Amino acid sequence: MALVSMTVNGKPVSGEVEGRTLLVQFIRENLSLTGTHVGCDTSQCGACVIHMDGKAVKACTMLALQAEGSAITTIEGLAKGDDLHPVQKAFKENHGLQCGFCTPGMIMTAVDMIDRIPNLDEETVRAELEGNICRCTGYQNIVKSILDAAETTPA
Amino acid sequence: MYQFDYHRAQTVAEAAELLAANDENTLLAGGQTLIPTLKQRLAMPAKLIDIGNIADLNFIKAEGDAITIGAATKHADVAASPDVAKHLPALAHLAAHIGDPAVRNRGTIGGSLANNDPAADYPAAALGLDAKIHTNKRLIDADPYFTGMFETALEDDEIITEVTFPHPEKAAYVKFPNPASRYAMVGVFVAKTPIDIRVAVTGAGANGVFRVKEMEDALSSNWSPDAVTGIKVPEDDLLSDLHGAADYRSHLISVMAGRAVAATM
Amino acid sequence: MSTTGIGQAVRRKEDKRFITGAGRYTDDLNRPGQTYAYFLRSPHAHAKINGIDLTEAVAAPGVVSIFTGSDVAADGLGGLICGWTVHSKDGSEMKAGAHPILAEDTVRYVGDHVAMVVAETYAQAKSAAELIVVDYNVLDAAADVGTAQDGSAPQVHAEAPSNTCFDWELGNKPETLAALKNAAHIVKLDLTNNRLIPNAMEPRAAIADYDSGTDEYTLWTTSQNPHVARLVLSAFVGVAPEHKLRVIAPDVGGGFGSKIFIYAEETACTWASAKIKRPIKWTAERSESFLSDAHGRDHVSHAELAVAEDGTFLGLHVQTKANLGAYLSTFASSVPTYLYGTLLSGQYALPAVYVEVDGVFTHTAPVDAYRGAGRPEATYLIERIVETAARELAFDPAELRRKNFIRTFPHQTPVIMNYDIGDYDACLDKALALVDYDGFPARKAEAESRGKKRGIGFSTYIEACGLAPSAAVGSLGAGVGLWESAEVQVAPTGKIEVFTGAHSHGQGHETTFAQLVCERIGVPIDDVEIIHGDTGRVQFGMGTYGSRSGSVGMSALAHALDKIEAKAKKIAAHLMEADAGDIELKDGVFTVAGTDKELAWAELALGAYTAHGFPTSEIEPGLKENAFYDPLNFTFPSGCHICEVEIDPDTGVTQIANFVAVDDFGVIVNPMIVEGQVQGGIAQGIGQALFEAAHYDETGQLITGSFMDYCMPRADDLPDFDLGFTQTDCPSNPMGMKGCGEAGAIASPPAVINAITDALGVRDIKMPATPARVWAALAAPSPSSD
Repeated sequence: MALVSMTVNGKPVSGEVEGRTLLVQFIRENLSLTGTHVGCDTSQCGACVIHMDGKAVKACTMLALQAEGSAITTIEGLAKGDDLHPVQKAFKENHGLQCGFCTPGMIMTAVDMIDRIPNLDEETVRAELEGNICRCTGYQNIVKSILDAAETTPA
Repeated sequence: MYQFDYHRAQTVAEAAELLAANDENTLLAGGQTLIPTLKQRLAMPAKLIDIGNIADLNFIKAEGDAITIGAATKHADVAASPDVAKHLPALAHLAAHIGDPAVRNRGTIGGSLANNDPAADYPAAALGLDAKIHTNKRLIDADPYFTGMFETALEDDEIITEVTFPHPEKAAYVKFPNPASRYAMVGVFVAKTPIDIRVAVTGAGANGVFRVKEMEDALSSNWSPDAVTGIKVPEDDLLSDLHGAADYRSHLISVMAGRAVAATM
Repeated sequence: MSTTGIGQAVRRKEDKRFITGAGRYTDDLNRPGQTYAYFLRSPHAHAKINGIDLTEAVAAPGVVSIFTGSDVAADGLGGLICGWTVHSKDGSEMKAGAHPILAEDTVRYVGDHVAMVVAETYAQAKSAAELIVVDYNVLDAAADVGTAQDGSAPQVHAEAPSNTCFDWELGNKPETLAALKNAAHIVKLDLTNNRLIPNAMEPRAAIADYDSGTDEYTLWTTSQNPHVARLVLSAFVGVAPEHKLRVIAPDVGGGFGSKIFIYAEETACTWASAKIKRPIKWTAERSESFLSDAHGRDHVSHAELAVAEDGTFLGLHVQTKANLGAYLSTFASSVPTYLYGTLLSGQYALPAVYVEVDGVFTHTAPVDAYRGAGRPEATYLIERIVETAARELAFDPAELRRKNFIRTFPHQTPVIMNYDIGDYDACLDKALALVDYDGFPARKAEAESRGKKRGIGFSTYIEACGLAPSAAVGSLGAGVGLWESAEVQVAPTGKIEVFTGAHSHGQGHETTFAQLVCERIGVPIDDVEIIHGDTGRVQFGMGTYGSRSGSVGMSALAHALDKIEAKAKKIAAHLMEADAGDIELKDGVFTVAGTDKELAWAELALGAYTAHGFPTSEIEPGLKENAFYDPLNFTFPSGCHICEVEIDPDTGVTQIANFVAVDDFGVIVNPMIVEGQVQGGIAQGIGQALFEAAHYDETGQLITGSFMDYCMPRADDLPDFDLGFTQTDCPSNPMGMKGCGEAGAIASPPAVINAITDALGVRDIKMPATPARVWAALAAPSPSSD
């Protein structure tokens, strides 16, 4: 076992982990932040996407120890108190979710996309969602939500 | 995953020492291939030596008529680099289409080249541009570096430190992704450098990335899509699977080669 | 007009928890002292187990206990059951072997359950499982439905000779055969309906907790129908008495049918938690989902359509081999029979239909209902053969359909169903307008100029959903009734709790059911809470599948609200000293006709519980009512989907250039949610048509065992869909609703394949029409590609 420390959603946290403990396990099991999900074992579904030092990463494809010293944001840390992030609002407003399981990863991917790419269009949004699988929505309202949020987010 | 120890190396020398210390020790860079492999219990390392944070391995340098990229540089950084965009837009395009955005934020060029997955993108660029692969021990030319599927000239305790790409006169990479995995089913990198003309194919070869001499010769006399679209790579040496039999892959190589050449014009 | 009532695009009440990471799915829950289960699965499709040596494994670190089939048998537990009995042509019952929870002496598919290892951590359980030594005698496997009935094929169950579970028939055989004998034209088609893996994004999971003090079991699991799970686990498997077993399906991350069924894993966890007197948690890895979730579809069919010179359809004869997999899953037998053969009349006035279905066992994962369940297979067959007929007889595909549409209702088909209402011309007309059918030749020519091949394909579908009514399904072999229940509990403050037996795993019931309450009572939507998915709170229910929650579940709620309103009016009459017949309820206020007396809903509710001065012989205190609702008939959503594709002949890549869907779902409660259901269904249908296939090799190994090889539709594979609606209100339930959850998956595959075959000028192409298959069809055009 080894000690790992990082900042998660603005709070310093630490815990004992094995070398093989995945970051997503640390987040879900040690920190009880269960909004980050595991939907596959081949790094493709994107239900586990979080932000590490401001960049979207798949928490199922990282060891907890690789995140030592980093700043992590999970879906639970996106809203400012009761004030939802514009992407969260857009997903609700545009019915961008059904069962909700892929949603945290979708939203974290969307926030990263909007931060990184100015003037998003539909084709770009669809391409950028390559690493996030949704089985419910057919993606139409997810794309609509992201484009809506991109418009309302100040550059 | 099986049990293993994790060690974050601070220097290449430290990593090399740990790697040499035990045959069962393995390097970890971005982990985007290694960690899924470990999750499937297909590997049982004693210690993972994390080289992802070594500052000396994280850089992009444009010097003279070449670009040198540190081995632990992430795909996203290559894709976003103004230097790469200016001198080697084909490489920026390639890096921008590896995996998905989250994978590109972790995966590294050195990891991709060391693993030499037959469906990976970087091997096509390295072979197509005659890149120089620097290690902690020596410099290896691309041609002898790639020795087969998941096989390279790297010795067990050798670490890629950086990769140098010459500025080509013309270059482009076009891939046809596997519909399910989105890895390259066929990816073709074409380049015209001051020294030679190269066509490198990934995703399709039964022995990993390979060059197509006949297409290179044809392009030498006529740099146009028509020069390559009629050339067929024999099916015998090509992969055949659920998503594409060898005849289809052979066909796609011709089509993608033509599109790559067209993209340079 | 209420902004939260019927017909309003109310934003979903449940979304807040999902967009903030506060959803609670089964794997998010933990119990004090819990252990973890890992299931050792068969690596072979077919093998005898000579012995299992646990010596090393039980001694491994952290192991609490290991269970095998002999432990299950020693406790006298029953096997897993199939709840629908189908009969063969000779009147005999379907034939099936036992479906043990853990394999006894034989494994029958890759992924079959051999042992359950319970340990302190999941990693320890998994490591210990590697130390179990199973002595297998590996046998040949029957992996292909097309050949499994051959005399030489390996047998899956001794009880089912020739691997035939049943040979079932439906329809008017003599009339059909006569029609085919005498018709001017006979259109023949051989079709494969490809096998699919549901892949809800949340893998299946269970936590079972046995309380030794009370002998009570609690099972949290990923279920679409927790009451049915409780019933099966208690009445048939015998894990626990029904009143001592509580099954909770918390937030569930998609189902699509795959979470209807009662599987070995949650059963074993529940049983074993009492053995070890500790909670046991199990969560599937995705690779396990691929191997052991019930798969869908997998038909091989031959069809012949008799057509008169003028294009009138005279008869349809269908012969189908349906793969059931290695064991009969919970509703497996109903899917290729009563959910399939009964829809083969489509939207057409077919005087004669005769269908024969062989249910075939193979050494593959069990096959059961997947979104649409039988109806996509029927729609694919009829819409493909009708399109083929139009091409062969040189009719416009829209006009040939129109020529044969049913126009008078009710309409009795030759295959049981009595269509209650519909307007097929209206859907077709609207779809033709939306797609700009007249402009298609110009679009095709423009595509040609870019080197692309453009094609158009139709699907005018009908489905039967709102699965119920109990009498009907009972007469066809169902072991259960398919009514639904609802309970409405008004608190003294006027807040309303609704307990429904329907289960929401993406459908948005917490919003739509609340809309009905708002419409009827006039309270704010935030004052209404919809409770579902817990046998400890909901009186009973049959769950959510078969697009039944609106037409059956909400109808039950409507009946319960009728009772609430009736009683509330009595109380209001008492409180306002008026006649109950003069009381009106509007926007949450009771008034007395012809007076200015009024009473707010909350005042009424408080009055119901204070009960001061109630004439107790006439009015009981309190305000809580329930209803069990059983509809008169199935519902029959219908519509027209039109797909346009563009094919790149250089690569074989198909792009959906345009997809129009016009559906008649009757009354729509929330158009935003309905559109979402249609979009998701179409995506799954396009997935079947272009991308997805479960592929077993000849030894029964699953080749497509992960997202690396099983192609899930991604955002960049799909366009926006152009949706439209028409409306004929369903006369068979008080809501006028028909159901919308499955239509997209039912209607879209034939539209896509009809478009591709149109573009390529071929008669058929197998689904999924992958780039490799399309390229092969282009390289060697033949009557039947691949």
